[in-house]
Amino acid sequence: MITLNVNNKTYQVDVSPDMPLLWVVRDTLGLTGTKFGCGVAQCGACVLHLDGEAVRSCVTKVSRAEGKKIITIEGLSANNDHPAQLAWEEIDVPQCGYCHSGQIMSAAVLLRENPKPTDKDIDDAMSGNICRCGTYPRVRKAIHLAAEMQEKDKK
Amino acid sequence: MATFLKNKTISVIFLSLASMVALGWTLKQDDETNYIKLDKAALKKDSIASVMAFKNVYKVLMSPRCVNCHPKGDVPLQGDDSHLHVMAPKRGLDGKGVYAMKCTNCHQPKNTPGQHTPPGNPDWHLPPADMKMVFEGRTAHELAKQLVDPAQNGNKNIKKLKEHADDALVLAGWNPGEGRTLPPMSHAEFKKEWLTWLNNGAYAPAK
Repeated sequence: MITLNVNNKTYQVDVSPDMPLLWVVRDTLGLTGTKFGCGVAQCGACVLHLDGEAVRSCVTKVSRAEGKKIITIEGLSANNDHPAQLAWEEIDVPQCGYCHSGQIMSAAVLLRENPKPTDKDIDDAMSGNICRCGTYPRVRKAIHLAAEMQEKDKK
Repeated sequence: MATFLKNKTISVIFLSLASMVALGWTLKQDDETNYIKLDKAALKKDSIASVMAFKNVYKVLMSPRCVNCHPKGDVPLQGDDSHLHVMAPKRGLDGKGVYAMKCTNCHQPKNTPGQHTPPGNPDWHLPPADMKMVFEGRTAHELAKQLVDPAQNGNKNIKKLKEHADDALVLAGWNPGEGRTLPPMSHAEFKKEWLTWLNNGAYAPAK
């Protein structure tokens, strides 16, 4: 049995320590917001937070997550009201939407570490999240808006 | 007779002076200040052996497994052709990436199974921004000089340089994951050449 802390809840899962964290989150715990894309850490669809870092869960063995804090898109905010989520909705960023859980999870790390990112900062942070629909200009716009929202929330 | 005695006296004086000079010279030979000390450390130095060893060291350091993480820019290199890493992850101040693009977000503690998947190491990183330790594009002369300069080698003295041959990230070059070539010699051969280079004076090849 492996003990996991996912979205501030404790789970006991009976899985192989080598199983990808993505499989455990989706198939064992039923948290399907995190997506399977490439399976080899090349696209970013499976990004979730492991102790606050934007880890690619498709290549992360579940054993690496033991004793750490896992946050998926379902646990990013209490009411889907993280500034990135609100900005994504406001700008209407997604087209097909498949990659956007990963996009938002990556953006959340950027906004935490750099509250006022420039276009270059956004490119540096988001270059590993691929969008087949090409929503990159809207992703960039939404991150700028999220930064403004985050700033207002602090005041 | 008087002339004979005079000549004999002069000869004795001359011989005495010569003896004194000879004695003085001999004494001076034993004088510490005139003694050519044989420095044991200097005896170990062998510029030919050192340079010959570095030629092999250089072949390894310039192989993709080493040079890919010692780029001249701020994006690591990738693959046997040392192309820029896809996704263009940035070095960051500490060499561990930036924001959502930190090295260990993809690079796991161990190699990920499968061809060309992310190779693994618990401490995967580039050299930090304030000491980039660039290998890419360096000549053998430049790299040898750089490697022994603590201001450019991560503050390593010779002892630490010797130990670095067994660093976990150095060893990772010989366990690169599926689909990647190995350095041009075994780690044991590399270590032998590395130590030969350092132990013989760490000479740089000619420019």
